[in-house]
Amino acid sequence: MSLVYEISLLLLLLMTAAGAILVKDLMSAILLLGCYSFFLSVVWAWLGAVDVAFVEAVVGAGLATVLFLLTLFGTQPKDGRLRRPPPPIAAVIALPLLGVLLLYAAKDLPAFGDPASPPSVRISPSYLEQSYKDTRTPNVVTSVLMDYRSLDTMVETVVIFTAGIACAFILRRKTS
Amino acid sequence: MTDFFIFVLLVLSALIGAYLYRVLQGPTIFDRVLGLNGISTKAIILLIVMGIVFERVEMFIDLSTGYALLNLVGALAVAKYLEQKGLP
Repeated sequence: MSLVYEISLLLLLLMTAAGAILVKDLMSAILLLGCYSFFLSVVWAWLGAVDVAFVEAVVGAGLATVLFLLTLFGTQPKDGRLRRPPPPIAAVIALPLLGVLLLYAAKDLPAFGDPASPPSVRISPSYLEQSYKDTRTPNVVTSVLMDYRSLDTMVETVVIFTAGIACAFILRRKTS
Repeated sequence: MTDFFIFVLLVLSALIGAYLYRVLQGPTIFDRVLGLNGISTKAIILLIVMGIVFERVEMFIDLSTGYALLNLVGALAVAKYLEQKGLP
């Protein structure tokens, strides 16, 4: 029963993604991308990653739409190319092969929520037991993000800050 | 009871599919905007029902509230864009 629901969600996801690529009007493509982000967030929520779903719904479906619209203020609302160039032959052949390869590799992954998989046997218990002793932070996710992986998080913040500065420079209005 | 809620989820997804047809097919931009707003109204209920299925309603209420608020901002941005640029 739940597998049927997952498949229907993934079908909706595929339909919106294809629509966003195929539609000519850039405004419609933005709206379809918002739709796509919402379905992606429902998929995350369905798989149990509620915090990722929260970020996807707020940033992907909300803020990204507004940012894309701000970009549209500076461009043409239509896709100017009358006929899109066909994709290169190598991509048409190689990408499905890559997909098949990834699916083949995914068969060896442990099943979703498997309690005997190596991460939940070795890594998760040690974090759950020692993170409070190490960092004095009651939330395990926060302690992993902000203490164990603090350098990673800091450089990610630098990347986001740089992207924000670039957006501000591109989108600023000239005051004359 | 869980089966009932999963059935509700399926029905809501079918309704979202009906709106999605309008978003994908809609001849004018207003059809698409209206379809997206309809999807967002269904989405709020869908996320909360999903929270009931997973027995984590409080987290999913946060999620759906954030989505609803930012969807309003998105709709306002679309309206502002159409006001300034005119109809495409």
